[in-house]
Amino acid sequence: MSKISVSDLNFFYGKAQALHDISIDILEREVIAFIGPSGCGKSTFLRTLNRMNDTIPIARVEGLVTIDGKNIYEPNTDVVSLRRKVGMVFQKSNPFPKSIFENVAYGIRINGIHKNKADLNERVERALHDSALLEEVKDRMNTSAFGLSGGQQQRLCIARALAVQPEVILMDEPASALDPSATQKIEELVVELKKQYTIVIVTHNMQQAARVSDRTAFFMLGKLVEVNPTQKMFTNPDEKLTEDYITGRFG
Amino acid sequence: MDHRIIDQQLDLLRDKLLLLGGTTEAALQRAMRSLTERDSKLAKQVLDDDKIIDQMELDIDRFSVEILALQQPAAHDLRFVISVAKITPILERIADHAGSIAKAALILNDEPQLKKYVDLSMMAENAAEMLRTALDAFTAEDATASRRIIEQDKVIDKCYKRVFDELITIMIENPSTTASAAHLLFVAKHIERIGDYVKDICELNVYLREAAFIKHSKGK
Repeated sequence: MSKISVSDLNFFYGKAQALHDISIDILEREVIAFIGPSGCGKSTFLRTLNRMNDTIPIARVEGLVTIDGKNIYEPNTDVVSLRRKVGMVFQKSNPFPKSIFENVAYGIRINGIHKNKADLNERVERALHDSALLEEVKDRMNTSAFGLSGGQQQRLCIARALAVQPEVILMDEPASALDPSATQKIEELVVELKKQYTIVIVTHNMQQAARVSDRTAFFMLGKLVEVNPTQKMFTNPDEKLTEDYITGRFG
Repeated sequence: MDHRIIDQQLDLLRDKLLLLGGTTEAALQRAMRSLTERDSKLAKQVLDDDKIIDQMELDIDRFSVEILALQQPAAHDLRFVISVAKITPILERIADHAGSIAKAALILNDEPQLKKYVDLSMMAENAAEMLRTALDAFTAEDATASRRIIEQDKVIDKCYKRVFDELITIMIENPSTTASAAHLLFVAKHIERIGDYVKDICELNVYLREAAFIKHSKGK
């Protein structure tokens, strides 16, 4: 079943067109990886899915993006609630200059999701548990988030996204700044989170796409070249362009 | 990007496989010659050379693993390495059958010749030809030719049945020939198995070209 449906999406930065006629369905509780060379539009496309590009004054979107059947570019869309439903994790972890607890509690508080203090504590713990960080931080919840390692900070950001009960998580190269062991934890987490969430992950790491995703979409020069089950994509892609990219003939 | 590091390695891997293929093909032909020309020296040579083939197999195994681990091939590159890694032990087994034919020759050459080995020679020539064309089809990544070669195995199977019946008749008619006839039966069986192995190679050629697994499927 489609969670997100995109049809004939075009995206412009001023006069420059960054995305051309993108149409794709993203299924509920799948991990879909976006791959492609730098500047191919995969991150731009990711950011159209929760209207993060709205913050760029010269950006313009044409076409249809629906989540659960509702057009997210309708004028009456509540963008804050959209971004709660469609959370995002960035390449560089960006914890707030606050304690570990407060980083996770922040979104719950401003959205008024919790009933009382005990409920808040429980939600923070659950988010940290679901992001596989709780065991590592439970004895220092009130210390600064900046004291965590890069990998832990990234998982804290995932916990922060999970705390507000999203349905979709967009990840923009979430492990590109991490060492192999921290990367492995993030990848294991992605596979685990798939049970509850729809996950869209942009990655430059082809092996990562191969390891974690159910389907892979290949972008090139602002166009969606191919989307297929990951297993097919990496053993026998339909398009020669895809084959050339994943086998390193250009990049 | 025209020159990828992996390209050199894949070329080298292909060369290693073709060298193994050529050596295996030669082993089969020499084993058959050692039988039909009653040349026991040649039979011993085939058995000695089997060690070289075993080493070639190990070398390709190691190199395939190295490419998989270090180059992490995908798509056609991946299918290529997988095909080579699976064809290699098949070739080694074909060479083992050639060795077994040479061993039979060593025994049979000390006995009076039971009959002219016309059918066996023909079977072996068919098998060697199948092997040669299968390796050509691998190099050319020719799935059509590979499917054609698969069909040729039926000719070997038919020939095997004929040889089998004939040898059984000889045994019944003249029980003193049983030991020699049994050895010849084994030789025929070795050649028949080689035909099956070449079929397996051709199925991998199709996989390499089309990413389709045709093994155990009726339509091919």
